[in-house]
Amino acid sequence: MSEEKVKSKDELVPIFFMGKCYEVPSSLTIQKALEYAGYQLVRGCGCRGGICGACGTVFRYPDSYKIEVGLACQTVVQPNMYIAQLPFFPGNKATYNIADLEPNGSVFTALYPELYKCIGCGTCTRSCPMDIDVLGYMSKAIRGDIEGVAKGSFDCVMCGLCSGRCPAEEVQFYIAILARRLYALHMQPRSAHLKRAINSAEEGQWTEGIAKLKAMNLDTLKKVYSEREMEPHMGPEDWIPGDTNYVNVD
Amino acid sequence: MPYTPELKELIKKVEKTRPQRVERKKRGEEFQPMTLKEREEILQYHPDFKEEGRREILVGPNKGYRIAHEMVDLLHAKSRVDPDKIDLSKIDYETDVLILGGGGAGTAAALLARKQGMKVLMATKLRLGDANTMMAEGGIQAASKSTKDSPYYHYLDCMGGGHFKNVPELVETLVSDAPSVIGWLESLGAMLSKDDTGLLSTMHGGGTCRKRMHSAGDITGAEIMRTLRDEARNFPTDIKVIEFSPAVEIILNDKGHAAGAVLYNMETEEYLIVKAKSVIMATGGSGRLHIQNFMCTNHYGATADGLIMGYRAGVPLCFLHTVQYHPTGAVFPEQSEGLLITEKFRGAGANVLNIDGEQFVYEREPRDIEASAFIRECMVRGKGVPTPGGKPCVWLDSPMIDMLNGEGTVRKEFPGKWILFHRYGIDIAKEPMLVFPTLHYQNGGLEINKRGETSVPGLFAAGEVSGGIHGQNRLMGNSLLDVLVYGRICGVSASEYVKNGYKGGKLTLNHVKEFNAGLDKDNVATEDRVSPMLLPDYSNPEIRRKQYTTQYVGTIR
Repeated sequence: MSEEKVKSKDELVPIFFMGKCYEVPSSLTIQKALEYAGYQLVRGCGCRGGICGACGTVFRYPDSYKIEVGLACQTVVQPNMYIAQLPFFPGNKATYNIADLEPNGSVFTALYPELYKCIGCGTCTRSCPMDIDVLGYMSKAIRGDIEGVAKGSFDCVMCGLCSGRCPAEEVQFYIAILARRLYALHMQPRSAHLKRAINSAEEGQWTEGIAKLKAMNLDTLKKVYSEREMEPHMGPEDWIPGDTNYVNVD
Repeated sequence: MPYTPELKELIKKVEKTRPQRVERKKRGEEFQPMTLKEREEILQYHPDFKEEGRREILVGPNKGYRIAHEMVDLLHAKSRVDPDKIDLSKIDYETDVLILGGGGAGTAAALLARKQGMKVLMATKLRLGDANTMMAEGGIQAASKSTKDSPYYHYLDCMGGGHFKNVPELVETLVSDAPSVIGWLESLGAMLSKDDTGLLSTMHGGGTCRKRMHSAGDITGAEIMRTLRDEARNFPTDIKVIEFSPAVEIILNDKGHAAGAVLYNMETEEYLIVKAKSVIMATGGSGRLHIQNFMCTNHYGATADGLIMGYRAGVPLCFLHTVQYHPTGAVFPEQSEGLLITEKFRGAGANVLNIDGEQFVYEREPRDIEASAFIRECMVRGKGVPTPGGKPCVWLDSPMIDMLNGEGTVRKEFPGKWILFHRYGIDIAKEPMLVFPTLHYQNGGLEINKRGETSVPGLFAAGEVSGGIHGQNRLMGNSLLDVLVYGRICGVSASEYVKNGYKGGKLTLNHVKEFNAGLDKDNVATEDRVSPMLLPDYSNPEIRRKQYTTQYVGTIR
């Protein structure tokens, strides 16, 4: 298929997948290199675009003791790289009713008591393919700073690499999503304008207007569409349209 | 890999015109949007209008309908498994509601069905949440600001974007339920972008007349999906999930009602039987078919499985003759090829430019119009920017966003893309991006009504697998909305069906046998393949050729 066509001009480089050597074109990502080598991926492949967290991968460069990490779909192969994938990590997810929880540190004590076993080594931060300061937000979790955890972990793709390498057996990514949900539900203010819009829609305030549009012949509908008023791109938040028949007027 | 010296030279032309363009934008002066007539004319450059790209379906309810070869190939293929080999008396799982697919629509349906007291089983091809929902970046539309917007305007935008071909009742439901869907996300604790007063951040998208695009940074879909997934996993006894086990056929009963599915465990390679009182098809789209050899933005599992299964069970297809190409797929560097560059960049003010650094199209046309204009600029007018790979493309002028909205906006509003390009050595707050249309969305699909019902009793469909809501072209921010609105509706409709309409009956795969026989009779069966496809084949053909053993011989194949 088109996307995966390999250009012949690419030089071949050796990589070691789970210890076994394959020669692959040097421009490929680890994911495409595995496919080039003959693998039909089932596990360890998802969005192929760096956001789903299905392809967490650990690797090591020759002559280095250091374990590196990356998403297989985002990391280009290097000669003599040693590669292993971690497509699933058996982290323990607590179950809860998010609406009933209090947004403070006691939630973590109750649901993820192992949080306090964190030894602050920072391996999680070094293991994050999204460059998140995982230890930073874990420290905030220990202090009960829900907002700090929520904001600090926002880019998390939940690949599990942090947990996979954590000597204290933490499930950082589950603590993070719990904090984000707590923050969004209990600490971010609810939207008043949204509530009003929901009420208007549920009371059927727009039904008549939409019924008119549905009943229009095509030419009239096209005319109404073409003449609809545009909210200016740089206009203020409180911009009001000229025609207020189908909006709420204060 | 950073831009080459040649491209850096061309960027200077973009920089030269930038200050004036920013000033014009600040004054509220926009590049002239196209009239409806001009829109019609430019569509001749859209891939949908390439007649050689499609052919007639020769079997089933849509016999004679012309759609992409890649889809017809699968519709004309036989079942993955001989129905006679399957023993339907040996049930592996039993449930009230069976949901096929674990993306946004399927997971929303599961949560709502559970609320109705149903036992839910979700069968998903990859992991729960591995779906196009996860990859949607820019936002979700809803008229949440009623002093300047309402479902009335959302309806108008949606119809215009879809070339007035959309099914009106489906659109009405979509736009009317939109505000409450945002309220639902708020109540689940999804971290939507809002200020300290609770004011939700909203932007324009292509074809919108009001700013109603809600977002969560530039990972809106991921935030929604991981929240829904977390919620579904809070109820492990009510919502059971079987991963890496996609459905390959719908099971009907002797009354012709949906009664379950045959699953395929991709790891043990065994087939499993699920008996269910109702079935929700939420298998997503088909970008991985690479229609007309386009690169695609889609998830690995987007292979049209639901279309095939639904069609064999007798559900008609609609609007599949149009396919959405997202105007802005990444082109450079090569390893990012096809990746989605969210429309939110254009919503935030970034112009689109040709090789001379000049505007040739308003940046917020509906997607098919915008994509057609890019194709014309590159292929007909020869004003594309050449990449090292030889492919022409256009500039997306992201640095404008910081100039319009303040230093640091790009970094703050587009953290995902900023990091990605930063790794390549490109700072998108300072340098523009190279883009070209990329296969993005299946506009059509299985026919449904506003309750999510298909023509087969007990079979419901939600999300990208269904068709009609978006007419011939979907607007940005209406797919996340669609999966949630119709996912929720299907969860309720399927539950009500279980309570009030379910009759029971003897399980059968006769429809599959008949479909196979029909292919033989008309001699149209695609010999070299079976369907659904399940996963695309990106493996090395040289190696495939040497995989001689296809069945178990001794202990391994």
